[in-house]
Amino acid sequence: MTLLEAVDVRMFYGSFCALDGVTLQIGRGEFVSIIGPNGAGKTTLVNVLTGLLAPTSGTVRFKGENVGGVGPVRLARLGMARAFQLVNVFPGLTVGETIAVAVLARLGRGARLFAALAGERRVWDEVRSVADLFGLGGALDRPARTLPQGDKKLLDVASAFALNPEVILLDEPTSGVSTADKHTIMEVLVHAAARLGIHSIIQVEHDMDIVFGYSDRIVALHQGRVLADGPPAALQANETVMATVVGRAHA
Amino acid sequence: MIARVAGAAAGLALLLAPVVASPYQVTLLLPAFAYAIALLGLNLLFGTTGLLSLGHALFVALGAYTAAWLTTRAGVLSLEAIVLAAAALAAVIAVPVGLLCVRYVKISFGMLTLAFGMLFYSFLYKFYLVTGGDEGIRVLRPVLLGQPFAGLDKVGFLTGPFYYYALALLVLAAAVMRRIVRSPFGLSLRAIRENPDKAAFVGVSVRRYRFYAFAIAAVFGAVGGTLLAVPTGLADPQLAYWTHSGNLVFMLLLGGFHHFLGPVVGAVVFIFLQDAVMSLTAYWRFVFGALLAVVVIFFPGGLLGLLARERPA
Repeated sequence: MTLLEAVDVRMFYGSFCALDGVTLQIGRGEFVSIIGPNGAGKTTLVNVLTGLLAPTSGTVRFKGENVGGVGPVRLARLGMARAFQLVNVFPGLTVGETIAVAVLARLGRGARLFAALAGERRVWDEVRSVADLFGLGGALDRPARTLPQGDKKLLDVASAFALNPEVILLDEPTSGVSTADKHTIMEVLVHAAARLGIHSIIQVEHDMDIVFGYSDRIVALHQGRVLADGPPAALQANETVMATVVGRAHA
Repeated sequence: MIARVAGAAAGLALLLAPVVASPYQVTLLLPAFAYAIALLGLNLLFGTTGLLSLGHALFVALGAYTAAWLTTRAGVLSLEAIVLAAAALAAVIAVPVGLLCVRYVKISFGMLTLAFGMLFYSFLYKFYLVTGGDEGIRVLRPVLLGQPFAGLDKVGFLTGPFYYYALALLVLAAAVMRRIVRSPFGLSLRAIRENPDKAAFVGVSVRRYRFYAFAIAAVFGAVGGTLLAVPTGLADPQLAYWTHSGNLVFMLLLGGFHHFLGPVVGAVVFIFLQDAVMSLTAYWRFVFGALLAVVVIFFPGGLLGLLARERPA
């Protein structure tokens, strides 16, 4: 069953064509990686898929609803979350508060004016369970700005997961962390997704070990077009695609 | 522990002030209470949400003119009714002003609020029939909780019943604001201050919440404005002038906008400091300008930043 689809999406910045007729479907239960060299259109595609940009032409549908340019708040309510390439946390909030912001928004309680935050038992129960999934349960009262870089990245992803989305879009989830931490982060992430019932994961990733190690399907972009779309083994076997997109034959 | 003892001592001192302090010092506390209420609102916008209004005096003036208009021209003397009317009017005015201003952030937000403040100043100055022009409108002595206190002279009224009325209103305003900043809404506002883009991606309606904060700040500003006008007995256009908005920001910086009680401390210290410096030199504005520079450069956390550990507003 298709959750998210882009149909003949074109995106122009002035006369520059960033996306040129991109069509793809993301189904329930898929882990899809979007790859491509710099300038291939990955970031633009992600911004279009997450409603941040309205495509110049074509449509983007999430669960059948046209979501082109609807913005992140609407998409979060519909069940799509996004974590960013650069660490994106609330520096002055604690780990618990950071996750609570997302849980409150999901439950529609974020605008409660006179309720005591400390008394929101259901919210804090959910915050604890999400934090535990990401190994942050012992740091709930710690300000986000004081966390190590890897934990900040996990917190960023954890707050997106706390929305209990059906689809999550991860923009280079392992960028900026050490090679040793990359697989740890991915394992935590995949495990958490399974536990929280997240149906589909879309990631933009440069690290081919991560891409080929975790993806069910890979979409390769080149100059704004879909160059290849298939399972990792099929892409690995296609030397032309590998040379164009990865720049070398992936071992 | 020290903070609690200091707070209890300050509370006791305020309760006993009309008994132990001179009437002059007590009357100085009245504008401090009024400003403290307005600043609690302004700090929801600045300290909690991260939006610096440079035109908040608009709502203070709105409260003062509501008191003036109702007491002088409509014959309404009940201060409860006046406060409620000012709060309602501020909320109504905050809708178009706030909806437009919160579309912008940082300096653009500040300049837009400044512009609306000056528009209101011009309105007060030019629409003589409605506002009394540059002379303003007198504010008659209000009735407190149905009691006119006719047997008291002006000083007796201000340093007695009105003092405790204003203090009670400040305590009530602080309790309401404390509840707001410790609510889920308060957390959402802090998330917006810290990282609005991230807040939007976790489902927080950034612009809508900023607007709510703006409207609440406006209501607090107007309530403070009604109290400010009673001791002076006058509402005049200077209340909406941009320098008055600047004073509000100064008070906030002086007290410490990271702290919940920073606005209250800032208002009290500002009023007493202004009085002391004015009695010493005619160049008090020069002294205050230098003081502002010193606070911003050397004590960005304000007075409470010196005394207490940083705590979110």
